[in-house]
Amino acid sequence: MSFVWTIAEQHDGKLRDVSFELLARGRKLADKLGTKLASVLIGDKVGEQAMEELIRRGADEVYSIQDPRLANFVCESYARVLTRVIKTYQPSIILAAATSSGRTLMPYLAIKVTAGLTADCTELDIEEGTGNLLQTRPAIGGNIMATIKTPDHRPQMATVRPKSSRPLPADASRSGKIIAVPVTDDMIDGRATVVGYRKDATDFVNVEEADIVVAGGKGLKKGDNFTMIRTLADSFGGVVGASREAVDRGWIGYPHQIGLSGKTISPKLYIGVGISGSIQHLAGIKTSEIIVSVNSDPDASLHKVADFGIVGDAFQVVPEIQRRMDRRNGGAK
Amino acid sequence: MKIIVPIKQVPETSNVKMDPETGTVIRAGVETVVNPLDLYALETALRLKEQHGGTVTALSMGPPQAVKALKEAVAMGCDDAVLVSDRKFGGSDTWATSYTLAQAVKKIGDYDLIIAGERATDGDTAQVGPGIASWLDIPVATYVARIETVKDKHIVLERLVEDGYQILSLPLPCLMTVVKEIAAPRLPTLGGKIRARELTIPVFSTENMELEPAALGLKGSPTKVVKIDTPKVTRGGKVVRAGDDEAVVSAVDELMSFLEAKGIV
Repeated sequence: MSFVWTIAEQHDGKLRDVSFELLARGRKLADKLGTKLASVLIGDKVGEQAMEELIRRGADEVYSIQDPRLANFVCESYARVLTRVIKTYQPSIILAAATSSGRTLMPYLAIKVTAGLTADCTELDIEEGTGNLLQTRPAIGGNIMATIKTPDHRPQMATVRPKSSRPLPADASRSGKIIAVPVTDDMIDGRATVVGYRKDATDFVNVEEADIVVAGGKGLKKGDNFTMIRTLADSFGGVVGASREAVDRGWIGYPHQIGLSGKTISPKLYIGVGISGSIQHLAGIKTSEIIVSVNSDPDASLHKVADFGIVGDAFQVVPEIQRRMDRRNGGAK
Repeated sequence: MKIIVPIKQVPETSNVKMDPETGTVIRAGVETVVNPLDLYALETALRLKEQHGGTVTALSMGPPQAVKALKEAVAMGCDDAVLVSDRKFGGSDTWATSYTLAQAVKKIGDYDLIIAGERATDGDTAQVGPGIASWLDIPVATYVARIETVKDKHIVLERLVEDGYQILSLPLPCLMTVVKEIAAPRLPTLGGKIRARELTIPVFSTENMELEPAALGLKGSPTKVVKIDTPKVTRGGKVVRAGDDEAVVSAVDELMSFLEAKGIV
Protein backbone atom coordinates (compact mmCIF):
# COMPACT_ATOMS: atom_id res chain seq x y z
CA MET A 1 0.00 0.00 0.00
CA SER A 2 1.25 3.50 -0.66
CA PHE A 3 -1.23 5.42 1.45
CA VAL A 4 -0.79 9.08 2.23
CA TRP A 5 -1.72 10.02 5.79
CA THR A 6 -2.29 13.30 7.57
CA ILE A 7 -2.35 13.69 11.35
CA ALA A 8 -5.51 15.63 12.25
CA GLU A 9 -5.21 17.97 15.23
CA GLN A 10 -7.95 18.53 17.75
CA HIS A 11 -8.26 20.46 20.95
CA ASP A 12 -11.10 19.82 23.40
CA GLY A 13 -12.67 17.55 20.81
CA LYS A 14 -12.74 20.26 18.14
CA LEU A 15 -10.70 19.99 14.94
CA ARG A 16 -8.09 22.65 14.29
CA ASP A 17 -8.03 24.34 10.86
CA VAL A 18 -4.54 23.01 10.20
CA SER A 19 -6.08 19.53 9.89
CA PHE A 20 -7.82 20.69 6.71
CA GLU A 21 -4.71 22.47 5.41
CA LEU A 22 -2.81 19.18 5.70
CA LEU A 23 -5.54 17.37 3.76
CA ALA A 24 -5.16 19.87 0.88
CA ARG A 25 -1.44 19.05 0.76
CA GLY A 26 -2.06 15.33 1.11
CA ARG A 27 -4.79 15.24 -1.56
CA LYS A 28 -2.37 16.59 -4.17
CA LEU A 29 0.22 13.93 -3.30
CA ALA A 30 -2.28 11.06 -3.16
CA ASP A 31 -3.72 12.02 -6.56
CA LYS A 32 -0.24 12.14 -8.07
CA LEU A 33 0.51 8.69 -6.67
CA GLY A 34 -2.94 7.38 -7.53
CA THR A 35 -3.52 6.28 -3.97
CA LYS A 36 -5.83 6.92 -1.03
CA LEU A 37 -5.60 9.75 1.46
CA ALA A 38 -6.36 8.99 5.10
CA SER A 39 -6.50 11.25 8.13
CA VAL A 40 -5.58 9.91 11.57
CA LEU A 41 -7.54 11.46 14.41
CA ILE A 42 -6.35 10.81 17.96
CA GLY A 43 -8.38 12.22 20.83
CA ASP A 44 -11.45 11.62 22.95
CA LYS A 45 -15.15 12.12 22.24
CA VAL A 46 -14.59 13.68 18.84
CA GLY A 47 -17.97 13.47 17.14
CA GLU A 48 -18.90 11.77 13.86
CA GLN A 49 -19.47 15.21 12.36
CA ALA A 50 -15.82 16.15 12.71
CA MET A 51 -14.81 12.98 10.89
CA GLU A 52 -17.31 13.65 8.12
CA GLU A 53 -15.77 17.09 7.82
CA LEU A 54 -12.34 15.51 7.26
CA ILE A 55 -13.85 13.45 4.42
CA ARG A 56 -15.55 16.50 2.88
CA ARG A 57 -12.16 18.26 2.99
CA GLY A 58 -10.34 15.56 1.06
CA ALA A 59 -9.85 12.38 3.15
CA ASP A 60 -10.85 8.98 1.71
CA GLU A 61 -10.53 7.33 5.09
CA VAL A 62 -10.44 8.46 8.69
CA TYR A 63 -8.75 6.39 11.37
CA SER A 64 -10.49 7.32 14.59
CA ILE A 65 -8.50 6.48 17.71
CA GLN A 66 -10.35 7.66 20.78
CA ASP A 67 -9.93 7.13 24.48
CA PRO A 68 -10.24 9.37 27.56
CA ARG A 69 -6.52 8.83 28.12
CA LEU A 70 -5.84 10.35 24.70
CA ALA A 71 -7.96 13.48 25.20
CA ASN A 72 -4.90 15.74 25.57
CA PHE A 73 -1.68 15.56 23.62
CA VAL A 74 0.98 13.54 25.42
CA CYS A 75 3.87 12.75 23.10
CA GLU A 76 4.71 9.26 24.33
CA SER A 77 1.16 7.88 24.13
CA TYR A 78 0.42 9.48 20.77
CA ALA A 79 3.69 8.03 19.46
CA ARG A 80 2.76 4.56 20.72
CA VAL A 81 -0.65 4.78 19.07
CA LEU A 82 0.85 5.86 15.77
CA THR A 83 3.60 3.26 15.90
CA ARG A 84 0.87 0.63 16.18
CA VAL A 85 -1.25 1.88 13.28
CA ILE A 86 1.80 2.55 11.09
CA LYS A 87 2.93 -1.06 11.58
CA THR A 88 -0.56 -2.33 10.78
CA TYR A 89 -1.40 -0.21 7.74
CA GLN A 90 2.09 0.77 6.47
CA PRO A 91 1.50 4.22 5.02
CA SER A 92 4.07 5.62 2.62
CA ILE A 93 3.80 9.29 3.55
CA ILE A 94 2.73 10.99 6.80
CA LEU A 95 2.15 14.74 7.04
CA ALA A 96 1.68 16.54 10.34
CA ALA A 97 1.39 20.18 11.35
CA ALA A 98 4.46 22.07 12.54
CA THR A 99 2.68 22.97 15.77
CA SER A 100 3.77 22.53 19.38
CA SER A 101 2.42 18.99 19.30
CA GLY A 102 3.36 18.04 15.72
CA ARG A 103 6.91 19.24 16.17
CA THR A 104 7.22 17.10 19.29
CA LEU A 105 5.38 13.98 18.18
CA MET A 106 6.94 13.55 14.74
CA PRO A 107 10.64 13.52 15.77
CA TYR A 108 9.81 11.17 18.66
CA LEU A 109 7.84 8.91 16.31
CA ALA A 110 10.46 9.03 13.52
CA ILE A 111 12.94 7.28 15.81
CA LYS A 112 10.42 4.61 16.87
CA VAL A 113 9.52 3.69 13.30
CA THR A 114 12.95 4.38 11.70
CA ALA A 115 11.58 7.02 9.34
CA GLY A 116 13.09 10.07 7.70
CA LEU A 117 11.54 13.33 8.85
CA THR A 118 11.76 16.82 7.38
CA ALA A 119 10.65 19.84 9.39
CA ASP A 120 8.63 22.86 8.24
CA CYS A 121 8.25 21.96 4.58
CA THR A 122 7.01 24.75 2.36
CA GLU A 123 6.67 22.57 -0.75
CA LEU A 124 5.89 18.89 -1.19
CA ASP A 125 5.95 17.00 -4.45
CA ILE A 126 6.39 13.50 -5.84
CA GLU A 127 9.56 12.61 -7.72
CA GLU A 128 8.91 11.35 -11.24
CA GLY A 129 9.75 7.70 -11.68
CA THR A 130 10.55 6.77 -8.09
CA GLY A 131 7.44 8.07 -6.37
CA ASN A 132 9.62 9.45 -3.58
CA LEU A 133 8.36 12.42 -1.63
CA LEU A 134 10.32 15.60 -2.40
CA GLN A 135 10.33 17.89 0.59
CA THR A 136 11.48 21.51 0.32
CA ARG A 137 12.24 23.51 3.43
CA PRO A 138 13.92 26.77 4.33
CA ALA A 139 17.20 26.50 6.28
CA ILE A 140 19.79 28.88 7.67
CA GLY A 141 17.18 31.46 8.55
CA GLY A 142 15.35 31.08 5.26
CA ASN A 143 18.46 31.99 3.26
CA ILE A 144 18.55 28.67 1.46
CA MET A 145 15.88 26.22 0.37
CA ALA A 146 16.86 22.57 0.70
CA THR A 147 15.03 19.79 -1.14
CA ILE A 148 15.19 16.53 0.77
CA LYS A 149 14.03 12.98 0.15
CA THR A 150 14.00 9.70 2.03
CA PRO A 151 14.77 7.05 -0.61
CA ASP A 152 15.12 3.90 1.49
CA HIS A 153 12.87 4.27 4.51
CA ARG A 154 9.11 4.21 4.90
CA PRO A 155 7.12 6.06 5.97
CA GLN A 156 8.41 9.39 4.67
CA MET A 157 7.40 11.99 7.21
CA ALA A 158 7.14 15.78 7.04
CA THR A 159 5.78 18.65 9.07
CA VAL A 160 4.11 21.63 7.39
CA ARG A 161 3.68 25.09 8.88
CA PRO A 162 0.15 26.19 9.78
CA LYS A 163 -1.31 28.70 7.29
CA SER A 164 1.22 27.79 4.60
CA SER A 165 -1.52 26.08 2.57
CA ARG A 166 -5.22 26.73 2.07
CA PRO A 167 -7.81 24.08 2.92
CA LEU A 168 -9.92 22.63 0.12
CA PRO A 169 -13.52 23.78 0.13
CA ALA A 170 -15.85 21.32 1.87
CA ASP A 171 -17.35 19.00 -0.75
CA ALA A 172 -20.56 17.42 0.55
CA SER A 173 -20.64 14.89 -2.31
CA ARG A 174 -17.43 13.20 -1.15
CA SER A 175 -17.76 9.92 0.67
CA GLY A 176 -15.30 7.99 2.71
CA LYS A 177 -14.82 5.37 5.35
CA ILE A 178 -14.43 5.90 9.08
CA ILE A 179 -12.35 3.19 10.72
CA ALA A 180 -12.43 3.00 14.50
CA VAL A 181 -9.15 1.63 15.86
CA PRO A 182 -9.59 0.07 19.30
CA VAL A 183 -7.29 1.43 22.03
CA THR A 184 -5.52 -1.15 24.15
CA ASP A 185 -3.66 -0.53 27.43
CA ASP A 186 -0.27 -1.07 25.87
CA MET A 187 -0.89 1.94 23.60
CA ILE A 188 -0.99 4.25 26.62
CA ASP A 189 2.25 5.50 28.14
CA GLY A 190 1.24 6.70 31.59
CA ARG A 191 4.51 8.39 32.57
CA ALA A 192 3.87 12.01 31.63
CA THR A 193 0.49 13.42 32.64
CA VAL A 194 -1.33 16.64 31.79
CA VAL A 195 -2.08 18.45 35.04
CA GLY A 196 -3.95 21.33 33.45
CA TYR A 197 -3.94 24.34 31.17
CA ARG A 198 -3.30 27.95 31.98
CA LYS A 199 -5.13 30.25 29.64
CA ASP A 200 -5.42 33.17 32.01
CA ALA A 201 -2.01 34.35 30.85
CA THR A 202 -2.44 38.04 30.19
CA ASP A 203 -2.11 39.10 26.60
CA PHE A 204 -1.68 35.65 25.09
CA VAL A 205 -1.66 35.31 21.33
CA ASN A 206 -1.27 32.62 18.72
CA VAL A 207 0.67 34.37 15.98
CA GLU A 208 1.33 31.16 14.06
CA GLU A 209 -2.30 30.49 13.20
CA ALA A 210 -3.33 34.05 12.38
CA ASP A 211 -4.19 35.15 8.83
CA ILE A 212 -3.03 38.70 9.47
CA VAL A 213 -0.22 39.83 11.76
CA VAL A 214 0.62 43.46 12.51
CA ALA A 215 3.99 43.62 14.22
CA GLY A 216 5.79 46.42 16.01
CA GLY A 217 9.48 46.98 16.71
CA LYS A 218 12.01 49.32 18.20
CA GLY A 219 10.76 52.19 16.04
CA LEU A 220 7.64 52.41 18.22
CA LYS A 221 9.89 54.05 20.83
CA LYS A 222 7.89 52.89 23.88
CA GLY A 223 5.59 50.11 25.03
CA ASP A 224 2.48 52.33 25.21
CA ASN A 225 2.70 52.84 21.48
CA PHE A 226 1.78 49.20 20.93
CA THR A 227 -1.81 50.36 21.56
CA MET A 228 -1.75 51.81 18.04
CA ILE A 229 -0.56 48.45 16.66
CA ARG A 230 -3.22 46.53 18.60
CA THR A 231 -6.00 48.78 17.31
CA LEU A 232 -4.79 48.37 13.74
CA ALA A 233 -4.46 44.59 14.11
CA ASP A 234 -8.02 44.45 15.51
CA SER A 235 -9.46 46.34 12.57
CA PHE A 236 -7.79 43.91 10.16
CA GLY A 237 -9.12 40.98 12.22
CA GLY A 238 -5.50 40.08 12.92
CA VAL A 239 -3.17 39.71 15.87
CA VAL A 240 -0.15 41.59 17.21
CA GLY A 241 3.41 40.43 16.63
CA ALA A 242 6.68 41.95 17.74
CA SER A 243 10.38 41.99 17.01
CA ARG A 244 12.89 40.70 19.52
CA GLU A 245 13.92 44.28 20.35
CA ALA A 246 10.38 45.14 21.44
CA VAL A 247 10.04 41.98 23.56
CA ASP A 248 13.46 42.40 25.19
CA ARG A 249 12.52 45.95 26.16
CA GLY A 250 9.49 44.55 27.98
CA TRP A 251 7.02 46.36 25.71
CA ILE A 252 5.09 43.17 24.96
CA GLY A 253 5.13 39.47 25.99
CA TYR A 254 7.28 36.71 24.52
CA PRO A 255 4.39 34.80 22.85
CA HIS A 256 4.24 37.74 20.40
CA GLN A 257 7.88 37.45 19.35
CA ILE A 258 8.52 36.62 15.69
CA GLY A 259 11.88 35.47 14.36
CA LEU A 260 14.63 33.00 15.09
CA SER A 261 14.18 33.04 18.87
CA GLY A 262 10.40 33.39 18.56
CA LYS A 263 7.71 32.15 16.18
CA THR A 264 7.89 31.56 12.45
CA ILE A 265 4.75 32.71 10.69
CA SER A 266 3.18 32.32 7.24
CA PRO A 267 0.15 34.63 7.31
CA LYS A 268 -1.68 36.08 4.32
CA LEU A 269 -0.59 39.54 5.35
CA TYR A 270 2.25 40.70 7.57
CA ILE A 271 2.64 44.40 8.36
CA GLY A 272 5.89 45.38 10.10
CA VAL A 273 5.90 48.79 11.76
CA GLY A 274 9.14 50.32 13.01
CA ILE A 275 10.96 47.03 12.41
CA SER A 276 14.33 47.31 10.69
CA GLY A 277 14.27 43.67 9.59
CA SER A 278 17.23 41.90 11.16
CA ILE A 279 18.19 38.62 9.53
CA GLN A 280 16.66 36.83 12.55
CA HIS A 281 13.32 38.62 12.20
CA LEU A 282 13.21 38.08 8.43
CA ALA A 283 13.70 34.34 9.00
CA GLY A 284 10.40 34.33 10.86
CA ILE A 285 8.35 36.14 8.20
CA LYS A 286 9.83 35.10 4.86
CA THR A 287 7.04 32.67 4.03
CA SER A 288 4.32 35.31 4.52
CA GLU A 289 2.15 35.76 1.45
CA ILE A 290 2.27 39.56 1.50
CA ILE A 291 4.80 41.66 3.41
CA VAL A 292 4.16 45.34 4.10
CA SER A 293 6.72 47.52 5.85
CA VAL A 294 6.38 50.90 7.46
CA ASN A 295 9.71 52.43 8.48
CA SER A 296 11.23 55.91 8.35
CA ASP A 297 14.60 54.48 7.35
CA PRO A 298 14.70 54.00 3.56
CA ASP A 299 17.55 51.49 4.00
CA ALA A 300 15.67 49.23 6.45
CA SER A 301 16.12 45.60 5.39
CA LEU A 302 12.41 44.99 5.81
CA HIS A 303 11.72 47.38 2.90
CA LYS A 304 13.91 45.19 0.71
CA VAL A 305 11.84 42.05 1.26
CA ALA A 306 8.50 43.86 1.31
CA ASP A 307 5.83 43.65 -1.37
CA PHE A 308 4.84 47.15 -0.37
CA GLY A 309 6.98 49.50 1.70
CA ILE A 310 6.21 52.96 3.03
CA VAL A 311 9.21 55.08 3.99
CA GLY A 312 7.63 57.36 6.54
CA ASP A 313 6.95 58.13 10.17
CA ALA A 314 5.01 55.29 11.78
CA PHE A 315 3.12 57.79 13.95
CA GLN A 316 1.73 59.45 10.83
CA VAL A 317 1.34 56.42 8.57
CA VAL A 318 -0.35 54.03 11.03
CA PRO A 319 -3.10 56.51 12.08
CA GLU A 320 -3.74 57.18 8.38
CA ILE A 321 -4.16 53.44 7.67
CA GLN A 322 -6.35 53.26 10.78
CA ARG A 323 -8.63 56.01 9.45
CA ARG A 324 -9.17 54.04 6.21
CA MET A 325 -9.86 50.85 8.09
CA ASP A 326 -12.33 52.58 10.44
CA ARG A 327 -14.15 53.98 7.43
CA ARG A 328 -14.33 50.51 5.85
CA ASN A 329 -15.39 48.82 9.06
CA GLY A 330 -18.39 51.08 9.47
CA GLY A 331 -16.75 54.30 10.51
CA ALA A 332 -16.69 54.12 14.29
CA LYS A 333 -14.71 57.35 14.32
CA MET B 1 20.48 16.14 40.49
CA LYS B 2 22.53 15.29 37.43
CA ILE B 3 21.71 17.38 34.38
CA ILE B 4 23.00 17.00 30.82
CA VAL B 5 22.71 19.89 28.36
CA PRO B 6 23.25 19.06 24.67
CA ILE B 7 24.46 22.20 22.85
CA LYS B 8 25.40 23.01 19.27
CA GLN B 9 28.01 25.26 17.77
CA VAL B 10 26.44 27.39 15.03
CA PRO B 11 27.53 30.26 12.76
CA GLU B 12 27.01 33.64 14.38
CA THR B 13 23.96 34.95 12.57
CA SER B 14 23.58 38.51 13.79
CA ASN B 15 26.35 39.68 11.46
CA VAL B 16 25.52 37.40 8.56
CA LYS B 17 25.61 39.26 5.27
CA MET B 18 24.00 38.13 2.06
CA ASP B 19 25.81 38.29 -1.24
CA PRO B 20 23.44 40.49 -3.29
CA GLU B 21 24.62 38.91 -6.55
CA THR B 22 24.19 35.25 -5.69
CA GLY B 23 21.75 35.51 -2.79
CA THR B 24 23.94 33.21 -0.70
CA VAL B 25 25.19 33.67 2.84
CA ILE B 26 28.72 35.04 3.00
CA ARG B 27 30.40 32.55 5.30
CA ALA B 28 33.97 33.74 5.15
CA GLY B 29 35.04 35.16 8.46
CA VAL B 30 31.77 34.26 10.18
CA GLU B 31 32.37 33.49 13.85
CA THR B 32 30.88 30.44 15.52
CA VAL B 33 28.96 30.71 18.77
CA VAL B 34 26.93 28.53 21.11
CA ASN B 35 23.47 28.25 19.51
CA PRO B 36 21.73 31.26 21.13
CA LEU B 37 18.69 29.16 22.07
CA ASP B 38 20.94 26.70 23.94
CA LEU B 39 21.93 29.48 26.34
CA TYR B 40 18.42 29.31 27.84
CA ALA B 41 18.90 25.57 28.38
CA LEU B 42 22.26 26.13 30.07
CA GLU B 43 20.77 28.85 32.30
CA THR B 44 17.82 26.62 33.27
CA ALA B 45 20.20 23.79 34.17
CA LEU B 46 22.48 26.04 36.21
CA ARG B 47 19.51 27.47 38.16
CA LEU B 48 18.19 23.98 38.92
CA LYS B 49 21.64 23.01 40.15
CA GLU B 50 21.74 26.09 42.40
CA GLN B 51 18.35 25.17 43.88
CA HIS B 52 18.71 21.41 44.15
CA GLY B 53 22.42 20.67 44.05
CA GLY B 54 24.08 18.28 41.61
CA THR B 55 26.09 18.72 38.44
CA VAL B 56 25.62 20.08 34.93
CA THR B 57 27.40 18.44 31.98
CA ALA B 58 27.48 20.14 28.59
CA LEU B 59 27.50 17.79 25.60
CA SER B 60 28.18 18.69 22.00
CA MET B 61 28.55 16.76 18.76
CA GLY B 62 30.63 18.38 16.06
CA PRO B 63 34.10 18.92 14.69
CA PRO B 64 37.04 19.31 17.12
CA GLN B 65 36.53 23.10 17.05
CA ALA B 66 33.18 22.61 18.85
CA VAL B 67 35.28 22.41 22.00
CA LYS B 68 35.09 26.22 21.98
CA ALA B 69 31.32 26.07 22.55
CA LEU B 70 31.80 23.58 25.37
CA LYS B 71 34.42 25.81 27.04
CA GLU B 72 31.95 28.67 26.92
CA ALA B 73 29.37 26.47 28.68
CA VAL B 74 31.93 25.65 31.35
CA ALA B 75 32.76 29.35 31.70
CA MET B 76 29.05 29.96 32.40
CA GLY B 77 29.15 27.42 35.22
CA CYS B 78 28.85 23.87 33.86
CA ASP B 79 30.85 21.36 35.89
CA ASP B 80 32.18 19.39 32.96
CA ALA B 81 31.77 18.83 29.24
CA VAL B 82 31.96 16.07 26.64
CA LEU B 83 32.74 16.43 22.95
CA VAL B 84 31.30 13.83 20.59
CA SER B 85 33.46 13.94 17.51
CA ASP B 86 34.46 11.58 14.73
CA ARG B 87 34.69 11.93 10.96
CA LYS B 88 32.27 9.02 10.72
CA PHE B 89 29.57 11.26 12.30
CA GLY B 90 29.82 13.76 9.43
CA GLY B 91 26.67 14.44 7.43
CA SER B 92 24.31 13.10 10.10
CA ASP B 93 20.69 14.15 9.78
CA THR B 94 18.53 14.62 12.88
CA TRP B 95 17.82 10.86 13.12
CA ALA B 96 21.52 9.89 13.14
CA THR B 97 22.50 12.90 15.30
CA SER B 98 19.95 12.07 17.99
CA TYR B 99 21.09 8.42 17.91
CA THR B 100 24.74 9.36 18.40
CA LEU B 101 23.94 11.87 21.16
CA ALA B 102 21.67 9.36 22.94
CA GLN B 103 24.54 6.84 22.91
CA ALA B 104 26.81 9.54 24.39
CA VAL B 105 24.24 10.19 27.13
CA LYS B 106 24.22 6.46 27.91
CA LYS B 107 28.01 6.48 28.11
CA ILE B 108 27.94 9.43 30.53
CA GLY B 109 25.65 7.27 32.61
CA ASP B 110 23.17 8.19 35.37
CA TYR B 111 21.26 11.39 34.75
CA ASP B 112 18.03 12.91 36.01
CA LEU B 113 17.33 15.51 33.39
CA ILE B 114 18.36 16.48 29.87
CA ILE B 115 17.69 20.12 28.97
CA ALA B 116 18.04 21.27 25.36
CA GLY B 117 17.37 24.47 23.46
CA GLU B 118 14.16 24.59 21.44
CA ARG B 119 16.09 24.28 18.17
CA ALA B 120 19.38 25.35 16.60
CA THR B 121 19.42 28.57 14.63
CA ASP B 122 21.17 26.99 11.63
CA GLY B 123 19.37 23.68 11.00
CA ASP B 124 16.18 25.02 12.58
CA THR B 125 14.42 21.64 12.82
CA ALA B 126 13.76 21.28 16.60
CA GLN B 127 13.96 17.51 16.01
CA VAL B 128 17.11 16.45 17.84
CA GLY B 129 15.79 17.09 21.38
CA PRO B 130 12.67 14.88 21.05
CA GLY B 131 14.79 12.43 19.01
CA ILE B 132 17.25 11.93 21.88
CA ALA B 133 14.33 11.35 24.28
CA SER B 134 12.88 8.77 21.91
CA TRP B 135 16.17 6.85 21.59
CA LEU B 136 16.50 6.84 25.39
CA ASP B 137 12.79 6.03 25.71
CA ILE B 138 12.20 8.76 28.28
CA PRO B 139 9.30 11.25 28.36
CA VAL B 140 9.75 14.61 26.62
CA ALA B 141 8.36 18.10 27.17
CA THR B 142 9.03 20.72 24.48
CA TYR B 143 8.61 24.52 24.48
CA VAL B 144 8.98 24.67 28.27
CA ALA B 145 8.46 28.25 29.48
CA ARG B 146 8.41 27.70 33.26
CA ILE B 147 9.32 25.06 35.82
CA GLU B 148 6.81 24.85 38.63
CA THR B 149 8.30 22.25 41.00
CA VAL B 150 10.92 19.54 41.13
CA LYS B 151 10.20 17.04 43.90
CA ASP B 152 9.65 13.34 44.57
CA LYS B 153 11.44 12.41 41.36
CA HIS B 154 8.91 14.41 39.32
CA ILE B 155 9.07 17.70 37.50
CA VAL B 156 6.00 19.87 36.92
CA LEU B 157 6.37 22.43 34.15
CA GLU B 158 4.50 24.68 31.74
CA ARG B 159 4.77 24.27 27.96
CA LEU B 160 4.00 27.18 25.66
CA VAL B 161 1.35 25.82 23.27
CA GLU B 162 -1.02 27.37 20.72
CA ASP B 163 -3.71 28.52 23.11
CA GLY B 164 -1.88 29.04 26.37
CA TYR B 165 0.29 26.93 28.60
CA GLN B 166 -0.04 23.16 29.05
CA ILE B 167 0.95 22.07 32.56
CA LEU B 168 2.68 18.71 32.47
CA SER B 169 4.05 16.42 35.18
CA LEU B 170 6.88 14.11 34.15
CA PRO B 171 8.85 11.53 36.11
CA LEU B 172 12.65 11.83 36.11
CA PRO B 173 14.60 11.04 34.07
CA CYS B 174 13.09 13.04 31.24
CA LEU B 175 14.10 15.52 28.55
CA MET B 176 12.84 19.04 28.07
CA THR B 177 13.45 21.72 25.48
CA VAL B 178 13.09 25.30 26.67
CA VAL B 179 12.06 28.62 25.10
CA LYS B 180 13.50 32.06 25.73
CA GLU B 181 10.75 32.96 28.20
CA ILE B 182 12.17 30.55 30.81
CA ALA B 183 15.19 32.57 31.98
CA ALA B 184 17.69 35.22 30.89
CA PRO B 185 21.07 33.57 30.37
CA ARG B 186 24.00 34.63 32.56
CA LEU B 187 27.35 35.74 31.21
CA PRO B 188 30.49 33.66 31.63
CA THR B 189 32.47 34.62 34.77
CA LEU B 190 36.18 35.29 34.99
CA GLY B 191 36.64 32.33 37.34
CA GLY B 192 34.64 30.20 34.94
CA LYS B 193 36.80 31.23 32.00
CA ILE B 194 39.95 30.30 33.90
CA ARG B 195 38.46 26.93 34.83
CA ALA B 196 37.35 26.35 31.23
CA ARG B 197 40.81 27.10 29.91
CA GLU B 198 42.36 24.52 32.19
CA LEU B 199 39.70 21.83 31.82
CA THR B 200 40.49 18.88 29.58
CA ILE B 201 37.35 17.92 27.68
CA PRO B 202 37.03 14.20 26.92
CA VAL B 203 36.25 13.19 23.34
CA PHE B 204 33.73 10.42 22.66
CA SER B 205 34.24 8.80 19.26
CA THR B 206 33.69 5.52 17.41
CA GLU B 207 36.83 4.35 19.25
CA ASN B 208 35.26 4.46 22.70
CA MET B 209 31.47 4.47 22.16
CA GLU B 210 29.03 1.64 21.65
CA LEU B 211 27.60 2.39 18.23
CA GLU B 212 25.75 0.69 15.42
CA PRO B 213 27.88 1.59 12.34
CA ALA B 214 24.82 1.50 10.06
CA ALA B 215 23.19 4.32 12.07
CA LEU B 216 26.03 6.83 11.74
CA GLY B 217 26.75 9.87 9.63
CA LEU B 218 25.55 10.50 6.11
CA LYS B 219 25.12 6.79 5.36
CA GLY B 220 23.06 6.20 8.49
CA SER B 221 20.76 9.13 7.79
CA PRO B 222 17.32 8.31 6.35
CA THR B 223 16.98 11.77 4.76
CA LYS B 224 19.14 12.89 1.85
CA VAL B 225 19.53 16.43 0.56
CA VAL B 226 18.75 16.42 -3.17
CA LYS B 227 19.46 20.06 -3.94
CA ILE B 228 19.99 23.47 -2.41
CA ASP B 229 18.46 26.60 -3.90
CA THR B 230 18.99 30.16 -2.85
CA PRO B 231 15.70 32.00 -3.04
CA LYS B 232 15.64 35.57 -4.24
CA VAL B 233 16.49 38.01 -1.46
CA THR B 234 13.98 40.62 -2.55
CA ARG B 235 10.42 40.30 -3.73
CA GLY B 236 10.84 43.25 -6.07
CA GLY B 237 8.14 45.06 -4.17
CA LYS B 238 7.22 48.70 -4.37
CA VAL B 239 8.60 51.20 -1.88
CA VAL B 240 6.97 54.63 -1.68
CA ARG B 241 8.19 57.65 0.25
CA ALA B 242 5.89 59.48 2.62
CA GLY B 243 7.89 62.53 3.65
CA ASP B 244 5.04 65.00 4.33
CA ASP B 245 1.35 64.90 5.18
CA GLU B 246 0.27 64.88 1.58
CA ALA B 247 2.68 62.08 0.69
CA VAL B 248 1.43 60.04 3.68
CA VAL B 249 -2.14 60.26 2.38
CA SER B 250 -1.18 59.23 -1.14
CA ALA B 251 1.14 56.42 0.09
CA VAL B 252 -1.66 55.00 2.24
CA ASP B 253 -4.07 55.40 -0.71
CA GLU B 254 -1.75 53.30 -2.76
CA LEU B 255 -1.32 50.73 0.03
CA MET B 256 -5.07 50.35 0.41
CA SER B 257 -5.56 49.80 -3.34
CA PHE B 258 -2.74 47.25 -3.25
CA LEU B 259 -4.38 45.36 -0.35
CA GLU B 260 -7.73 45.60 -2.12
CA ALA B 261 -6.25 44.13 -5.30
CA LYS B 262 -4.83 41.27 -3.22
CA GLY B 263 -8.26 40.61 -1.73
CA ILE B 264 -7.20 41.44 1.83
CA VAL B 265 -9.59 44.33 2.45
